[in-house]
Amino acid sequence: MPQIDTPTQTIPDATVLFAGDSGDGMQLTGSQFTLAAAYAQNDLSTLPDFPAEIRAPAGTTYGVSAFQLHFGSVDVRTPGDDADLLVAMNPAAVEVHLDRVRRGGHVLINTDAFTERSFDLADLDADPREDGTLDDYDVIEVPLTTLTREALAEFDLDKAAKGRCKNMFALGLTLWRYARPVEPAIEWLSEKFADQPEIRKANVRALKKGLHYGETTEQFAARYEVEPASLDEGTYRAIRGAEALALGLITASRKSGLQLFYGSYPITPASDILHELSKHKNFDVATFQAEDEIAAAGSALGASFGGNLGVCATSGPGIALKTETIGLAVMTELPMVIVNMQRGGPSTGLPTKPEQGDLMQALYGRNGDAPLPVVAAASPGDCFRAAYDASRIATKYMTPVIVLADNYLSSGSEPWKIPDLDELPPFEVDFAEEPNHQNGEAAFLPYLRDDDGTRPWAKPGTLDLEHRVGGLEKEYGTGDVSYDPDNHQRMTRVRADKIDSVRQEIPPTEIYGADEGELLVVSWGSTRGAVRTAVDRARKDGLAVGSAHLRHLHPLPADLEGALDRFDRYLVPEMNDGQLVRVLRAEYLRDFQPLGKVQGQPFTANEIQGGIEETLASA
Amino acid sequence: MPDNSNSNDGTKKPDLPPGLQSSSGENGSEDDSGGDDTKKPAGPPGAKKPSGPPSSSSGESETQNAKKPAMPPGFSGDGGPGADDGTLSRSDFQSDQDVRWCPGCGDYAILSTVQRLLPDLGVPKENFVFISGIGCSGRFPYYMDTYGMHSIHGRPPAIATGLKTSRPELDVWIVTGDGDALSIGGNHLIHVLRRNVDMQMLLFNNEIYGLTKGQYSPTSEQGKVTKSTPHGSLDRPFNPAAVALGADGAFVARSMDRDTQHMKRMMRRAHEHEGASFLEIYQNCHIFNDGAFAEFTDKDTQPERALFLEDGEPMTFDEGKKGLRLDGLSLETIDLENGRWSEDDCAVHEESNREKAHLLARIFGGSELPRPFGVIYREERPCYEDLVTEQLEAVTEERGEGDLEALLHDADTWTIG
Ligand code: SF4
Repeated sequence: MPQIDTPTQTIPDATVLFAGDSGDGMQLTGSQFTLAAAYAQNDLSTLPDFPAEIRAPAGTTYGVSAFQLHFGSVDVRTPGDDADLLVAMNPAAVEVHLDRVRRGGHVLINTDAFTERSFDLADLDADPREDGTLDDYDVIEVPLTTLTREALAEFDLDKAAKGRCKNMFALGLTLWRYARPVEPAIEWLSEKFADQPEIRKANVRALKKGLHYGETTEQFAARYEVEPASLDEGTYRAIRGAEALALGLITASRKSGLQLFYGSYPITPASDILHELSKHKNFDVATFQAEDEIAAAGSALGASFGGNLGVCATSGPGIALKTETIGLAVMTELPMVIVNMQRGGPSTGLPTKPEQGDLMQALYGRNGDAPLPVVAAASPGDCFRAAYDASRIATKYMTPVIVLADNYLSSGSEPWKIPDLDELPPFEVDFAEEPNHQNGEAAFLPYLRDDDGTRPWAKPGTLDLEHRVGGLEKEYGTGDVSYDPDNHQRMTRVRADKIDSVRQEIPPTEIYGADEGELLVVSWGSTRGAVRTAVDRARKDGLAVGSAHLRHLHPLPADLEGALDRFDRYLVPEMNDGQLVRVLRAEYLRDFQPLGKVQGQPFTANEIQGGIEETLASA
Repeated sequence: MPDNSNSNDGTKKPDLPPGLQSSSGENGSEDDSGGDDTKKPAGPPGAKKPSGPPSSSSGESETQNAKKPAMPPGFSGDGGPGADDGTLSRSDFQSDQDVRWCPGCGDYAILSTVQRLLPDLGVPKENFVFISGIGCSGRFPYYMDTYGMHSIHGRPPAIATGLKTSRPELDVWIVTGDGDALSIGGNHLIHVLRRNVDMQMLLFNNEIYGLTKGQYSPTSEQGKVTKSTPHGSLDRPFNPAAVALGADGAFVARSMDRDTQHMKRMMRRAHEHEGASFLEIYQNCHIFNDGAFAEFTDKDTQPERALFLEDGEPMTFDEGKKGLRLDGLSLETIDLENGRWSEDDCAVHEESNREKAHLLARIFGGSELPRPFGVIYREERPCYEDLVTEQLEAVTEERGEGDLEALLHDADTWTIG
């Protein structure tokens, strides 16, 4: 076939959405496209979206697995509001995800999967190509399965195995359409199937055939070029939140010289951290898959008592089970890092969908007055620093620290500037080595405090520092069990003051956009990208809008109040039904307006922009 | 036991015996298990003595011992003050805290036995760690001048697993009770046993919830009338030794608070064993379940109702007048005096025989057979923390020590500028 000279347009950014059955390999296709975009030095942001069922019945709407990717030469902060291209492997994918495609956008469908039977499975009354569903879109029909099988005719594989390569055909075609490099995927396939040469060759062939199909078909009016993004100087890699978090913990362990002990019980979506850490045992990382969530936390606390960096990660239901142990860590004043990869709740909720519904749980979800520092990651790459800082604060202040991230950060990815290890804040740990008190004779008082209000950390095995800790209230200084009423009041305050002094660790709050004016958007966690994009747009429209994104949810930054003073109104977008907004109202006695989204999907910038406009219009 | 710790162990407890409300001095003489000897004499309630170097605390302990009433059988011996040569003595393991168990509680004897045993073990004092849960037994670490953690209900095995795995050189002891280990903490119990984390677990079984003032426990006999079961309990009791064997415990033993010599020997055996050692101790709750184990512990009934196991020895009891014989797959009592049977007919105890261990563990509840005490089962197998360490070392050996810079860059990277 002759090569068609499809004209190439340069565009600033694009959003592609791959969707198909769980078994169609959409996550893999998406992550390979991500790699290619990263390779081409685009800024990017991704949103994997998969069903809770491992292999839901083929062809059903609830079995649709998707991967959305936004890449550009410009600042990319979200996985994209609307997709420019939906690659739909079956009718169910069209049914579920068409509303994410912008009007006039492209929908590439695998016509082989558009059969009466698949309409039935997807609960469709008619072929969406014929009932008007796709009227507003530019539909590209490609018989992906047939073309793939034809391309693999001479391979010694059965029909099903050949058919399974169709996602590589789709990837090749999509790479061609956006002029992204194909080499990373070929390299990846070669490694992945190093031991299965026939499968490797078949996949590479399908990939290349997809590419050639693009070159020879006349179905595309244009192909697109997205130039490299102008990121800050530095060395970059694409990273998912779970990976960044694991690397942050390993780095904390290395910098502090503490062994990393990671106690964990499998739970979606936190298990990826366990998978990642367990690969790096040569970094003196002990991973322990416990019998339950409680034991995971208990083992981490036991390791901390032993003078190690005890860490556990889970999701909301697991935090509920770890609560009592976290309380024990508060009372015993032992360091511990607890990561919550939040997912939709309550109860089992939406296990594979992101939400920010566990903020109140992190802040207050313990019996008694049990404050602890809460740190939230803002992007996949930021999980690295969140984990590092949490570890540092935990050991410096002898306290459990909760790190909040979510499913979107955990499995989403972005280009990450690899940090210069020397530029990270120093992380030194001083263990108690000798008695700290003279009372006629030398004594070690485990609850004697330093200037930050922190008690000493004495490792079992240290001569003469034998002491007991436990869940009963402790006498100030000695740490002996005490039921004295005044002592309990005093200790409650002492624990709270200690956590308040973590405020000195918080860098100045960055105000993005307008530094003063009509509206300040106060946000936390994974909404940062969408908020900043929305603020940019609002400012283009002439509105004096800024945003303060909170990394530290407890204690809150000291300078936030000053920033609030410079604005007239406040909007608090959260992927919950209004949690931070209540904290802020209580703390600052101002009229913070909530903007909640509880759909198991991150905010789009459009939604936040809408919230900004509405708040200002109601002024 | 259910976590009611806040309201217990305090000083205002009208429905508990006077001794619990007092500081030292008032509670001692009625203590029939002789356990009160750990009590420190001087000081008003709440007065604390900072822990000092071994020699000074030994000195105090000497004074204290001098004031004590006569010790019960088995309580003399290794408890003398430490010499200046650095050897440890019992008093080195006594903390400065007032012991607040009820007078007559079997816990005293257990505490005292542990404090007498530790100096003999050849372990640096600072390497001992005691981890307890909730319940009367949970207070144990506070009375030991060692590292310790009074943790939360049922979770000591989990905490101990993290500690021992990350610090294998430490000598970790778990102190738990029937409610702590077998009810709320049942899951952790079975997992720490199957993993075989090297630690000693002392399970104080008193067949009752003491700290919450007397509800039936998972080891209480069926039909038990308690505050929570005025018409009798309906649950079938757990058989701790059988649970431990079922969980593939590598060391399962039983002893009783009233026989401190035996208890000490069992603790020593538990300590010697590399791996998870499960030692059930029949412990008398003087207040809420007094005499629960009397048939096994009282002089009159013990000979006929208790059988002390010795590895390689025929299973005999009642001063050699009776024995246990294997009849097919069951055990039966035989009379060694009627001329029909002799010691040669008795089953020989083999600690490492799993099948026999199961038969012995099943002697429970209303069984006519004598209750076995001693090491029921013992098996050598790798300890969990060693496997963890070996794996870390093997991976490090294979890949070299991790290079952090390389790890951060271990992906497709690109450089700008
Ligand atoms: S076990 Fe019984 S006797 Fe012992 S302290 Fe508890 S309630 Fe008192």
